[in-house]
Amino acid sequence: MSYSDKVIDHYSNPRNVGSFDKKDNEVGTGIVGAPECGDVMKLQLKISSGVIEDAKFKTFGCGSAIASSSLATEWVKGKTIDEAFKIKNTEIVSELNLPPVKIHCSVLAEDAIKAAISDYKKKNEKE
Amino acid sequence: MKLPIFLDNHSTTPVDPRVMEVMLPYFTETFGNAASRNHSFGWEGEKGVATSREQIAQLIHCHPKEIIFTSGATESNNLALKGAAEMYREKGNHIITAVTEHKAILDTAKHLEKEGAVVTYLTVDRDGLIDLEALKAAITDKTILISIMHANNEVGVIQPIAEIGRIAKENGILFHCDATQGVGKLPVDVDAMGIDIMSFSAHKIYGPKGVGGLYVRKKNPRVRLAPIFDGGGHERGMRSGTLNVPGIVGLGMACEIAGKEMLEEAARMKRMRLKLQDHLMKELDEVYLNGHPEKRLPQNLNLSFAYVEGESLLMGLKEIALSSGSACTTASLEPSYVLRALGVGDDLAHSSIRFGLGRFTTDEEIDYVGERVVETVNRLREMSPLYEMAKEGIDLNTVKWTAH
Repeated sequence: MSYSDKVIDHYSNPRNVGSFDKKDNEVGTGIVGAPECGDVMKLQLKISSGVIEDAKFKTFGCGSAIASSSLATEWVKGKTIDEAFKIKNTEIVSELNLPPVKIHCSVLAEDAIKAAISDYKKKNEKE
Repeated sequence: MKLPIFLDNHSTTPVDPRVMEVMLPYFTETFGNAASRNHSFGWEGEKGVATSREQIAQLIHCHPKEIIFTSGATESNNLALKGAAEMYREKGNHIITAVTEHKAILDTAKHLEKEGAVVTYLTVDRDGLIDLEALKAAITDKTILISIMHANNEVGVIQPIAEIGRIAKENGILFHCDATQGVGKLPVDVDAMGIDIMSFSAHKIYGPKGVGGLYVRKKNPRVRLAPIFDGGGHERGMRSGTLNVPGIVGLGMACEIAGKEMLEEAARMKRMRLKLQDHLMKELDEVYLNGHPEKRLPQNLNLSFAYVEGESLLMGLKEIALSSGSACTTASLEPSYVLRALGVGDDLAHSSIRFGLGRFTTDEEIDYVGERVVETVNRLREMSPLYEMAKEGIDLNTVKWTAH
């Protein structure tokens, strides 16, 4: 299988790899996927007054999974929670030219954004 | 050292220049149909084919007339199973094979099941070996064929062929061995090993693609196989079709070279394989060997690098040709069925890489590959959430994952 140039670029120079402190109230963490399925994404968002100021990821998965999560961190930065929540996996598919067998990677990235936002919301409801 | 490096010699091998040299005249000069009995072109072709039969017979210790030429091991496996099932239908309909066999065996067995055959698929232990007691227990009075591979194409595990042959003989059952990864790499003696039918291929042993063979025993017992296709009655009526003379000549030469160089080559392969394994295990933590540590092809190293997904690892090693047991490298969504059968968890199956050394692999290449794998695994672990969690002391088996 050959990869698109964009996938190769994100794989070779992944943006925003790393972690924030999970316990920080400004941080929402989303972990999706499963090791036995071959991909796990951890996406973390640093949110201040409803705006995503920073994002970091770590991904276990194929090149397309790494690229999808790397792209997701780029896209969410500067967006409000509501805007980020609207990011669709299909937009990731077309941006990265993912083939049909790799569509699940983009779904996972969308799920990771949503999971991170709900984690943030849940954390801040309790307060 | 030249890049890219080919370290996927279980999938195929380059043609040895010595093999190509003997093949060339058969394309343009001695191009006759080996079945043409009335002119010198035909005789020359027939001579080339006869030499090849001799060369193969010498390598596997059989009579030259016991060799049937085919298009490759997939066809040989099909002919062995389908041909025996049809020919011995009166005697029984039960076949015994194993779960780690190549798809050319498993899918053929499934096809036969649809036609009324009963197939037992033996499981393997953690090392990839079948249980001989389970084999004995599976035999019924309807069993006509046992089909077990010599060496596995993914994990290199070598089955106890001589013991299986003995069990087959004691029970009056035919024994077919898919020796695609064995012939030319490991010593084979069809009599000593009790093999009645055996598949092999040229392109796995530095011969050309598109040609292979099937050993079919002529005496004690005389094995007969119903042909898959009808036609001119070539190859003792078992495989009609004009012989691929250049390919057959190449296969013969590949066998001759293998016979002469096998022992030296095996020692060299094993030394390099262990060097690579030691390098990787010394530099990286949580690297697991798949398959039996000793009973394996000298050329084969199959390792799982925990917390790193196989395809992403291959992507980082794009100048090195390797293969992974991860699902992502194939169209199917499941990881290697062979690794699963060994009890390797799906997570580690997704993290597996097969290194297939070959005749032309150099020490320099092995050192380079070792360094690049270490570098890439480290890089990917740095971005692996699983590695991070494991380092934090979280037991990944207790985490509730969102399977998808």
